[in-house]
Amino acid sequence: MNRKKSIELLDLMYRIRFFEERTMKLFREGLIVGALHHYIGEEAIAVGACATAEEDDYVVSTHRGHGHCIAKGADLKRMMAELMGRETGYSKARGGSMHIFSIEEGLLGGNGIVGGGLPIALGSALSGQYRDSGQVTLCFFAEGAAARGTFHESLNLASLWKLPVVYICENNLWAATTYINYSLPIENIGDRASAYGIPGKVIDGNDVEKVYDTVDEAVKRARAGKGPTLIECKSFRHHPHCMVIPDTRPQDEVMEWKKKDPIPRFEKRLLGKKVITKTEMEKIRGKVNNMLDEAEEFGRKSSVPGVETVAEGLWA
Amino acid sequence: MRELTYLDALNEALREEMERDENVFLIGEDIGSFGGVFGVEKGLWEKFGEKRVRQTPISEDAIVGTAVGAAMTGLRPVAEIMYIDFITCCMDQVVNQAAKLRYMSGGNLKMPLVIRAQGGSGTAEAAQHSQSLEAWFVHTPGLKVVMPATVYDAKGLLKTAIRDDNPVIFLEHRLLYNMKDNVPEGEWTVPFGKAEVKQEGKDITIVATSLMIHKALEAAKELAGNISIEVIDPKTLVPLDIDTILESVKKTSRLLVVHEAPTIAGVGAEIVRQVVEKAFDYLDGAPRVLGGKSIPMPFAPTLEKACTPQKEDIIKFVKEMV
Repeated sequence: MNRKKSIELLDLMYRIRFFEERTMKLFREGLIVGALHHYIGEEAIAVGACATAEEDDYVVSTHRGHGHCIAKGADLKRMMAELMGRETGYSKARGGSMHIFSIEEGLLGGNGIVGGGLPIALGSALSGQYRDSGQVTLCFFAEGAAARGTFHESLNLASLWKLPVVYICENNLWAATTYINYSLPIENIGDRASAYGIPGKVIDGNDVEKVYDTVDEAVKRARAGKGPTLIECKSFRHHPHCMVIPDTRPQDEVMEWKKKDPIPRFEKRLLGKKVITKTEMEKIRGKVNNMLDEAEEFGRKSSVPGVETVAEGLWA
Repeated sequence: MRELTYLDALNEALREEMERDENVFLIGEDIGSFGGVFGVEKGLWEKFGEKRVRQTPISEDAIVGTAVGAAMTGLRPVAEIMYIDFITCCMDQVVNQAAKLRYMSGGNLKMPLVIRAQGGSGTAEAAQHSQSLEAWFVHTPGLKVVMPATVYDAKGLLKTAIRDDNPVIFLEHRLLYNMKDNVPEGEWTVPFGKAEVKQEGKDITIVATSLMIHKALEAAKELAGNISIEVIDPKTLVPLDIDTILESVKKTSRLLVVHEAPTIAGVGAEIVRQVVEKAFDYLDGAPRVLGGKSIPMPFAPTLEKACTPQKEDIIKFVKEMV
């Protein structure tokens, strides 16, 4: 990976991390309400995966989707405004944290239904195939969704039709409060790929370069008309399922995974390879912090939607 | 004029819309070379090929999910769910995704998709192949709900559905598939939200849907000379043309709604609610709903018949009301 790309990825990882931290602050202040599912700890997956995508490629996201949006290039101001319930938000405050859509940027939305996005990704992938446009769909889901029937229906059909879709399973080990040994009888979800006759990879989801390389290969394969790939990224979320559920996970497990935090890991690697200096790193952090200040300010200054507009957007 | 069946009318609508717009494609079970289990897609696979007539595995979530994702990204899918009963296998995609994503995106996306399914009873297929589930979809904000009762409407409404930029649930009745009627040559569309007075009358208004329109018209014919019945087909339940119904009730002062779906919490109850709210002073008696029984549809034809409104039931209700 060249220097420019490496720095770009680090920048995006900071954006996600700082965005999430800012939303926690605003949630505690009461400026953000509702469910808030944080992506902290999993940044390497969204960033590594989306960096392989072209602007017009599609991303199908999940309830834990802020990272996917930012990695695909979404505007932090409009994202923050959406979370703050302002009319300037991506979804005009109709969607909130789990439902940020931007068709122009290829963002087909998060989803409040675990596993609900898997069949939708078939459709966007078919769209690309139908038009012969070369567009690929990145379909994110987590290990909880791998227990849904939609996982099977989707991978089966995608393989059958050789659809240009890459299935990226973010295995963070815990589905809400359910540990993976209550939902998965085998070691790796990626191993299921063989049942669908497609390539399956099981990788370290906290290694952004590894994610990039693996997804890049799968995207190229999909674009070449060779069909889907299933990539399982092992990772961990640093925070509980959402802001309103207490952490039920053993704290020593959480501490262990925090040692494997993808951001310091990538920083260390870049410093070691002399791709970047500490000063340059500080500069990027400062810039991202300013962007978040601006996003917060944008949200604060934006109006909440007028109740007279409540029906707007229902019918085309 | 020429004679056409309801089934051929649907086939013609699909064919014409696929010729008109290359973004229209079909997706569903057994719709390839076999042409659909009832034959609605007959000849379309041969004409348009596998790319546009997409036969799927038995995967309802995948069928509707594909339609949702494709509609969001510029295509115009027409999905077939073989029996409306099978839509229970993919209600998330219908209710949480297709119906809601446009609104949840703040109007950022369009969802131009049609989900066609046939339903109703009368073929001794028991409770998992005989339902009328339109009320579920009417109750879900974001879906348009269409129930064609005639050959002319089958074609015209399906063409309108395909051209609509919103998700449309298009409910056919399999007992109507072989019904013949004289219709014009060429193409036509039938607008949503516009009811049709099928027969004028002055003593009582009957609003009926789908197959029940024909039973209501038979009842009206039998009572002609004694009781003058106005029969209205709303054609689309969302949007509902309540104005035409109100206008009729203001004239007749009596309302009976007839549908095959269970009476309880059905579309009839909703129509009665709206009429009571908006035309209470015009009513000369309590408006009533004649619907199906709240019993899982039995297999035996005799029992099946006993669970759904028949011409004789309509006549009995009308006589009690007038």
